[in-house]
Amino acid sequence: MHWLSLLRPGDWLVILLGALAVGGSVPMFWQGGMAERAIIRQEGRVFAEVDLRSRKQFEVAGPLGTTLIAVEPGRARVISDPGPRQYCVKQGWLMRPGEIAICAPNRVSVQIAGRTKVYDSISY
Amino acid sequence: MHGEASETDKAGGEGAANSWRGNPGRRPAVTQLTVTAEDRRVAWLATAAVGLSLVDAAIPSPLPGVKPGLANIVTLVVLARYGWGTAVWVSGLRVLAGSLLLGYFLAPGFFLSLTGTTLSLLTLGVARHLPQRWFGPVSLSILAAFAHIGGQLLLARLWLIPHDGVFLLTPVFAGAALVFGTINGLIAAKLLAEPVPPEVR
Repeated sequence: MHWLSLLRPGDWLVILLGALAVGGSVPMFWQGGMAERAIIRQEGRVFAEVDLRSRKQFEVAGPLGTTLIAVEPGRARVISDPGPRQYCVKQGWLMRPGEIAICAPNRVSVQIAGRTKVYDSISY
Repeated sequence: MHGEASETDKAGGEGAANSWRGNPGRRPAVTQLTVTAEDRRVAWLATAAVGLSLVDAAIPSPLPGVKPGLANIVTLVVLARYGWGTAVWVSGLRVLAGSLLLGYFLAPGFFLSLTGTTLSLLTLGVARHLPQRWFGPVSLSILAAFAHIGGQLLLARLWLIPHDGVFLLTPVFAGAALVFGTINGLIAAKLLAEPVPPEVR
Protein backbone atom coordinates (compact mmCIF):
# COMPACT_ATOMS: atom_id res chain seq x y z
CA MET A 1 0.00 0.00 0.00
CA HIS A 2 1.73 3.19 -1.02
CA TRP A 3 -0.52 5.44 1.12
CA LEU A 4 0.50 3.52 4.22
CA SER A 5 4.17 3.91 3.30
CA LEU A 6 3.74 7.67 3.80
CA LEU A 7 3.13 7.11 7.51
CA ARG A 8 6.15 7.18 9.76
CA PRO A 9 6.23 5.26 13.07
CA GLY A 10 5.52 8.39 15.12
CA ASP A 11 2.51 9.12 12.94
CA TRP A 12 0.92 5.89 14.08
CA LEU A 13 1.58 6.96 17.66
CA VAL A 14 -0.07 10.34 17.06
CA ILE A 15 -3.07 8.69 15.38
CA LEU A 16 -3.39 6.31 18.32
CA LEU A 17 -3.13 9.11 20.88
CA GLY A 18 -5.62 11.14 18.86
CA ALA A 19 -8.07 8.24 18.83
CA LEU A 20 -7.64 7.84 22.59
CA ALA A 21 -8.28 11.56 23.07
CA VAL A 22 -11.43 11.35 20.97
CA GLY A 23 -12.58 8.24 22.84
CA GLY A 24 -11.79 9.89 26.15
CA SER A 25 -13.66 13.05 25.25
CA VAL A 26 -16.93 11.17 24.82
CA PRO A 27 -17.55 10.32 28.50
CA MET A 28 -15.86 13.55 29.55
CA PHE A 29 -18.11 15.90 27.59
CA TRP A 30 -21.24 13.85 27.06
CA GLN A 31 -21.42 14.04 30.75
CA GLY A 32 -23.69 13.97 33.62
CA GLY A 33 -22.66 10.39 32.92
CA MET A 34 -25.50 7.98 33.26
CA ALA A 35 -28.87 8.91 34.67
CA GLU A 36 -28.58 7.87 38.29
CA ARG A 37 -31.33 9.49 40.32
CA ALA A 38 -34.73 11.03 39.93
CA ILE A 39 -35.42 14.06 42.09
CA ILE A 40 -39.08 14.74 42.76
CA ARG A 41 -39.92 18.20 44.04
CA GLN A 42 -43.07 19.51 45.61
CA GLU A 43 -43.49 23.26 46.06
CA GLY A 44 -39.78 23.60 45.20
CA ARG A 45 -38.68 21.37 48.06
CA VAL A 46 -37.27 17.91 47.48
CA PHE A 47 -40.03 15.41 48.04
CA ALA A 48 -38.01 12.31 47.21
CA GLU A 49 -34.70 11.33 45.67
CA VAL A 50 -35.01 7.96 44.03
CA ASP A 51 -32.32 5.67 42.76
CA LEU A 52 -33.03 4.97 39.10
CA ARG A 53 -32.29 1.29 39.54
CA SER A 54 -35.53 0.81 41.40
CA ARG A 55 -39.10 0.54 40.15
CA LYS A 56 -41.55 2.64 42.12
CA GLN A 57 -44.56 4.91 41.88
CA PHE A 58 -45.06 8.12 43.80
CA GLU A 59 -48.18 10.05 44.59
CA VAL A 60 -47.32 13.67 45.20
CA ALA A 61 -50.02 15.95 46.55
CA GLY A 62 -50.29 19.49 45.22
CA PRO A 63 -52.83 22.33 45.33
CA LEU A 64 -54.87 20.80 42.46
CA GLY A 65 -54.71 17.17 43.43
CA THR A 66 -52.36 14.25 43.11
CA THR A 67 -49.54 13.93 40.57
CA LEU A 68 -48.58 10.36 39.82
CA ILE A 69 -44.91 9.73 39.03
CA ALA A 70 -43.38 6.45 37.88
CA VAL A 71 -39.73 5.54 38.30
CA GLU A 72 -38.28 2.62 36.35
CA PRO A 73 -34.71 1.41 35.86
CA GLY A 74 -32.96 4.23 33.97
CA ARG A 75 -36.00 6.44 33.47
CA ALA A 76 -38.86 8.31 35.09
CA ARG A 77 -42.06 9.99 33.95
CA VAL A 78 -45.18 11.76 35.10
CA ILE A 79 -48.08 9.35 34.60
CA SER A 80 -50.91 11.68 35.45
CA ASP A 81 -51.38 15.19 36.67
CA PRO A 82 -54.43 17.30 37.43
CA GLY A 83 -53.01 20.32 35.56
CA PRO A 84 -55.04 21.71 32.64
CA ARG A 85 -52.45 21.48 29.85
CA GLN A 86 -50.71 18.20 30.70
CA TYR A 87 -47.30 19.36 29.45
CA CYS A 88 -45.36 17.32 31.99
CA VAL A 89 -47.35 14.18 31.16
CA LYS A 90 -46.82 14.63 27.41
CA GLN A 91 -43.08 14.92 27.92
CA GLY A 92 -42.99 11.18 28.43
CA TRP A 93 -40.01 9.31 29.72
CA LEU A 94 -37.05 11.30 31.01
CA MET A 95 -33.79 9.46 30.55
CA ARG A 96 -30.84 11.87 30.32
CA PRO A 97 -29.28 13.78 33.22
CA GLY A 98 -30.67 17.29 33.42
CA GLU A 99 -34.02 16.43 31.88
CA ILE A 100 -36.95 17.75 33.85
CA ALA A 101 -40.73 17.61 33.67
CA ILE A 102 -42.48 20.41 35.50
CA CYS A 103 -46.14 20.24 36.38
CA ALA A 104 -46.35 23.91 37.21
CA PRO A 105 -50.05 24.19 38.12
CA ASN A 106 -49.71 21.44 40.68
CA ARG A 107 -46.24 22.62 41.73
CA VAL A 108 -44.57 19.26 41.22
CA SER A 109 -41.49 18.46 39.19
CA VAL A 110 -39.39 15.42 38.45
CA GLN A 111 -35.78 15.75 37.33
CA ILE A 112 -33.13 13.26 36.28
CA ALA A 113 -29.72 13.71 37.89
CA GLY A 114 -26.41 12.08 37.07
CA ARG A 115 -22.98 12.03 38.60
CA THR A 116 -22.37 15.72 37.98
CA LYS A 117 -24.78 18.58 37.99
CA VAL A 118 -25.98 19.58 34.53
CA TYR A 119 -27.27 23.04 33.82
CA ASP A 120 -29.78 23.84 31.16
CA SER A 121 -31.50 26.99 29.99
CA ILE A 122 -34.07 26.68 32.75
CA SER A 123 -31.57 26.69 35.59
CA TYR A 124 -29.22 29.07 33.81
CA MET B 1 11.21 36.08 9.07
CA HIS B 2 10.04 36.73 5.59
CA GLY B 3 7.59 39.50 6.46
CA GLU B 4 10.14 41.72 8.16
CA ALA B 5 12.67 41.08 5.42
CA SER B 6 10.30 42.23 2.70
CA GLU B 7 9.29 45.32 4.68
CA THR B 8 12.89 46.45 4.88
CA ASP B 9 13.23 45.65 1.18
CA LYS B 10 10.38 48.00 0.43
CA ALA B 11 11.78 50.77 2.60
CA GLY B 12 15.18 50.28 0.98
CA GLY B 13 13.66 50.51 -2.48
CA GLU B 14 12.02 53.81 -1.63
CA GLY B 15 15.25 55.26 -0.26
CA ALA B 16 17.10 54.20 -3.36
CA ALA B 17 14.54 55.94 -5.57
CA ASN B 18 15.06 59.11 -3.52
CA SER B 19 18.81 59.22 -3.91
CA TRP B 20 18.61 58.53 -7.65
CA ARG B 21 16.68 61.74 -8.14
CA GLY B 22 19.37 63.65 -6.27
CA ASN B 23 17.09 65.55 -3.85
CA PRO B 24 17.05 63.57 -0.61
CA GLY B 25 14.61 65.95 1.12
CA ARG B 26 11.64 65.20 -1.16
CA ARG B 27 9.68 61.97 -1.11
CA PRO B 28 8.83 60.55 -4.51
CA ALA B 29 5.20 60.93 -5.54
CA VAL B 30 4.88 57.24 -6.33
CA THR B 31 5.85 54.74 -3.66
CA GLN B 32 7.98 52.05 -5.19
CA LEU B 33 7.14 48.55 -3.97
CA THR B 34 9.62 45.97 -5.04
CA VAL B 35 8.10 42.52 -5.40
CA THR B 36 10.54 39.83 -4.48
CA ALA B 37 10.47 36.26 -5.72
CA GLU B 38 9.50 35.31 -2.17
CA ASP B 39 6.47 37.63 -2.36
CA ARG B 40 5.35 36.04 -5.61
CA ARG B 41 5.73 32.58 -4.14
CA VAL B 42 3.69 33.50 -1.07
CA ALA B 43 1.01 35.00 -3.29
CA TRP B 44 0.79 31.88 -5.47
CA LEU B 45 0.69 29.54 -2.52
CA ALA B 46 -1.90 31.69 -0.75
CA THR B 47 -3.98 31.61 -3.93
CA ALA B 48 -3.85 27.83 -3.92
CA ALA B 49 -4.89 27.83 -0.26
CA VAL B 50 -7.77 30.24 -0.94
CA GLY B 51 -8.90 28.03 -3.82
CA LEU B 52 -8.98 25.04 -1.50
CA SER B 53 -10.89 27.11 1.11
CA LEU B 54 -13.56 27.72 -1.50
CA VAL B 55 -13.71 24.00 -2.31
CA ASP B 56 -14.00 23.40 1.43
CA ALA B 57 -16.92 25.79 1.71
CA ALA B 58 -18.67 24.11 -1.23
CA ILE B 59 -18.57 20.68 0.40
CA PRO B 60 -21.81 20.16 2.31
CA SER B 61 -21.24 19.52 6.00
CA PRO B 62 -23.57 17.78 8.44
CA LEU B 63 -22.60 20.18 11.21
CA PRO B 64 -21.36 23.75 11.02
CA GLY B 65 -17.70 23.76 11.90
CA VAL B 66 -16.97 20.28 10.63
CA LYS B 67 -14.97 20.90 7.47
CA PRO B 68 -12.21 18.95 5.76
CA GLY B 69 -9.86 21.94 6.00
CA LEU B 70 -8.21 21.19 2.67
CA ALA B 71 -6.32 24.48 2.73
CA ASN B 72 -4.22 23.06 5.54
CA ILE B 73 -2.59 20.77 2.98
CA VAL B 74 -1.02 23.90 1.48
CA THR B 75 0.09 25.07 4.93
CA LEU B 76 1.76 21.71 5.61
CA VAL B 77 3.55 21.63 2.28
CA VAL B 78 4.70 25.25 2.68
CA LEU B 79 5.90 24.54 6.20
CA ALA B 80 7.99 21.62 5.03
CA ARG B 81 9.39 23.34 1.91
CA TYR B 82 9.79 27.00 2.88
CA GLY B 83 9.66 27.13 6.66
CA TRP B 84 7.35 28.43 9.35
CA GLY B 85 7.48 32.12 8.44
CA THR B 86 6.18 31.51 4.93
CA ALA B 87 3.52 29.17 6.32
CA VAL B 88 2.30 31.97 8.61
CA TRP B 89 2.08 34.36 5.66
CA VAL B 90 0.25 31.90 3.45
CA SER B 91 -2.24 30.95 6.20
CA GLY B 92 -2.83 34.53 7.22
CA LEU B 93 -3.51 35.63 3.66
CA ARG B 94 -5.72 32.59 3.13
CA VAL B 95 -7.89 33.45 6.16
CA LEU B 96 -8.16 37.08 5.06
CA ALA B 97 -8.81 36.50 1.36
CA GLY B 98 -10.98 33.43 1.97
CA SER B 99 -13.22 35.38 4.36
CA LEU B 100 -13.51 38.26 1.89
CA LEU B 101 -14.45 35.93 -0.96
CA LEU B 102 -16.95 33.96 1.10
CA GLY B 103 -18.36 37.10 2.70
CA TYR B 104 -17.66 36.47 6.35
CA PHE B 105 -14.85 38.97 6.87
CA LEU B 106 -15.04 40.27 10.49
CA ALA B 107 -18.08 38.05 11.14
CA PRO B 108 -17.83 35.55 14.02
CA GLY B 109 -16.71 32.87 11.58
CA PHE B 110 -13.72 35.00 10.65
CA PHE B 111 -12.53 35.23 14.24
CA LEU B 112 -13.10 31.52 14.76
CA SER B 113 -11.07 30.84 11.66
CA LEU B 114 -8.35 33.26 12.76
CA THR B 115 -8.11 31.78 16.25
CA GLY B 116 -8.00 28.23 14.91
CA THR B 117 -5.36 29.11 12.36
CA THR B 118 -3.24 31.01 14.90
CA LEU B 119 -3.27 28.12 17.35
CA SER B 120 -2.55 25.51 14.70
CA LEU B 121 0.34 27.62 13.36
CA LEU B 122 1.79 27.91 16.86
CA THR B 123 1.40 24.16 17.28
CA LEU B 124 3.11 23.56 13.94
CA GLY B 125 5.88 25.92 15.00
CA VAL B 126 6.58 23.68 17.97
CA ALA B 127 5.78 20.32 16.36
CA ARG B 128 8.06 20.80 13.35
CA HIS B 129 11.00 20.34 15.70
CA LEU B 130 9.92 16.76 16.32
CA PRO B 131 12.42 14.29 14.86
CA GLN B 132 11.50 13.99 11.18
CA ARG B 133 12.58 10.38 11.00
CA TRP B 134 9.69 9.46 13.24
CA PHE B 135 7.06 12.14 12.75
CA GLY B 136 5.93 13.04 9.25
CA PRO B 137 3.34 15.45 7.83
CA VAL B 138 0.53 13.25 9.13
CA SER B 139 1.57 13.89 12.74
CA LEU B 140 1.84 17.62 12.11
CA SER B 141 -1.53 17.64 10.38
CA ILE B 142 -3.31 15.83 13.20
CA LEU B 143 -1.73 18.03 15.88
CA ALA B 144 -2.62 21.16 13.91
CA ALA B 145 -6.19 19.95 13.42
CA PHE B 146 -6.62 19.37 17.16
CA ALA B 147 -5.13 22.79 17.94
CA HIS B 148 -7.45 24.34 15.36
CA ILE B 149 -10.60 22.87 16.80
CA GLY B 150 -9.41 23.50 20.36
CA GLY B 151 -8.87 27.18 19.63
CA GLN B 152 -12.25 27.50 17.97
CA LEU B 153 -14.05 25.80 20.83
CA LEU B 154 -12.31 28.00 23.38
CA LEU B 155 -13.17 31.19 21.50
CA ALA B 156 -16.74 30.01 21.03
CA ARG B 157 -16.98 29.26 24.76
CA LEU B 158 -15.42 32.55 25.84
CA TRP B 159 -17.14 34.84 23.39
CA LEU B 160 -19.92 33.49 21.19
CA ILE B 161 -21.76 31.03 23.42
CA PRO B 162 -20.66 31.61 27.03
CA HIS B 163 -22.04 28.29 28.20
CA ASP B 164 -20.43 24.91 28.75
CA GLY B 165 -22.98 23.39 26.39
CA VAL B 166 -20.56 24.27 23.58
CA PHE B 167 -18.29 21.50 24.77
CA LEU B 168 -21.01 18.91 24.12
CA LEU B 169 -19.82 18.98 20.52
CA THR B 170 -16.19 18.33 21.48
CA PRO B 171 -16.21 14.58 20.72
CA VAL B 172 -17.70 15.20 17.28
CA PHE B 173 -15.20 17.94 16.48
CA ALA B 174 -12.28 15.97 17.86
CA GLY B 175 -13.28 12.93 15.80
CA ALA B 176 -13.53 15.08 12.67
CA ALA B 177 -10.13 16.64 13.47
CA LEU B 178 -8.56 13.20 13.72
CA VAL B 179 -10.10 11.89 10.50
CA PHE B 180 -9.56 14.98 8.36
CA GLY B 181 -6.17 15.66 9.95
CA THR B 182 -5.02 12.20 8.92
CA ILE B 183 -6.39 12.52 5.38
CA ASN B 184 -4.91 16.00 4.84
CA GLY B 185 -1.62 14.85 6.30
CA LEU B 186 -1.52 11.90 3.91
CA ILE B 187 -2.22 14.17 0.94
CA ALA B 188 0.50 16.58 2.10
CA ALA B 189 2.94 13.70 2.57
CA LYS B 190 2.13 12.47 -0.94
CA LEU B 191 2.75 15.94 -2.39
CA LEU B 192 6.00 16.29 -0.45
CA ALA B 193 7.19 12.89 -1.66
CA GLU B 194 7.00 14.16 -5.24
CA PRO B 195 9.73 16.38 -6.73
CA VAL B 196 9.26 20.16 -6.44
CA PRO B 197 7.62 21.55 -9.57
CA PRO B 198 9.96 24.10 -11.22
CA GLU B 199 7.46 27.01 -11.19
CA VAL B 200 7.32 27.24 -7.40
CA ARG B 201 10.98 26.58 -6.69
